Amino acid sequence: MPPADAAPRAVPASLLDLFLTFSVLALQGFGGVLAVAQRELVERKGWLTREEFLDAYSVSQLLPGPNIVNMALMLGDRFFGWRGALAAIGGMLVAPLAIVLVLAASYGRFAEQPMVAGALRGMGAVAAGLMVAMAFKLIGGLRSNPMGTAVCLAFVLATVLAVAVLRLPLVWVLCGLGGLGWCTARWVLWRRARQA
Amino acid sequence: MSGALSAADLADLFLRFLALSLLSIGGAMSTAPEMHRYFVGERGWLSDAEFTASVALAQAAPGPNVLFVPVLGYQIAGLFGALAALVGILLPSTLLSLGVSRWGQARRATPGVMAFTSGFAPVTVGLLLATGWVLALPFVGDPAQRYGALALIGLTVLAMLRTRLAPIWLILAGGLAGAFGLV
Repeated sequence: MPPADAAPRAVPASLLDLFLTFSVLALQGFGGVLAVAQRELVERKGWLTREEFLDAYSVSQLLPGPNIVNMALMLGDRFFGWRGALAAIGGMLVAPLAIVLVLAASYGRFAEQPMVAGALRGMGAVAAGLMVAMAFKLIGGLRSNPMGTAVCLAFVLATVLAVAVLRLPLVWVLCGLGGLGWCTARWVLWRRARQA
Repeated sequence: MSGALSAADLADLFLRFLALSLLSIGGAMSTAPEMHRYFVGERGWLSDAEFTASVALAQAAPGPNVLFVPVLGYQIAGLFGALAALVGILLPSTLLSLGVSRWGQARRATPGVMAFTSGFAPVTVGLLLATGWVLALPFVGDPAQRYGALALIGLTVLAMLRTRLAPIWLILAGGLAGAFGLV
């Protein structure tokens, strides 16, 4: 649902701006780019709202391909059409690709060093913290959800249980809980439309 | 064996990734078992250790995890292999996503799309929380370093909720703490 109080939105100044922004966020993405993307695109640049970010991620998740690349593509396309999509994907991939290939060519010289292994552990712990913090922030975005806060929190809890505790396959969770969410929201919207 | 592949084999590599692209729901990593089966098992182009090291390397390096795919291509056939692998794994999924995204944007206000947006939002938040939990688990489960890691995770959450710091500073701090054995 488009927010009624839509403030004037920040947008990327140019294709280069788009490319560089995605490069900067990709290069910060040790152990996952998603949390960094939320930080940079929603909080620092203001190119999209929490709700729009969540929505783009929901769609990317159901599509084949890397979620974060699909998200870059969708956002780039919204701003500048297919050229924007290319600029965003290019930003996401070009610099990290160069780095990872240099690493691949020189791999073996560093992997065994305890300091390198320790640094990777520390970076991994921070990556976990980034993910948890992002999820907390996005919970706030559910307040405007037509299903209501209580129903939303029940869905959040059920999903955490299904994935982290029961370890169900992702496809089941998306089809099962996602499908149930869709039907619930459809019903709520239908009832609201009838009352209006 | 970098660069030792014939043009026909390079084409085969490209087509393999092209086919896997549309199956990679949930990310390219979900097709890693199939890549392993074909490139390590059936063709013998990579060893087990090379395969595992490629995945670990891409996860440790900055950027999307899909970059393990061009690393596999690089190990098999050098730079051309890397490009063939990356373009192959991304082209079909990217075109499909572009189409679906435009279709959805054009129907943003229809009940079906609105219900999708609202209905999937809490499930997606739950998935992200679960991912954070799964990422944190190996640190929390290791008694030797539990407190250091928990402190680091807690500080990260706090910094993200209370400040506008760019994540790279937190990651650097985590790397330093780890390198000096604090985590």
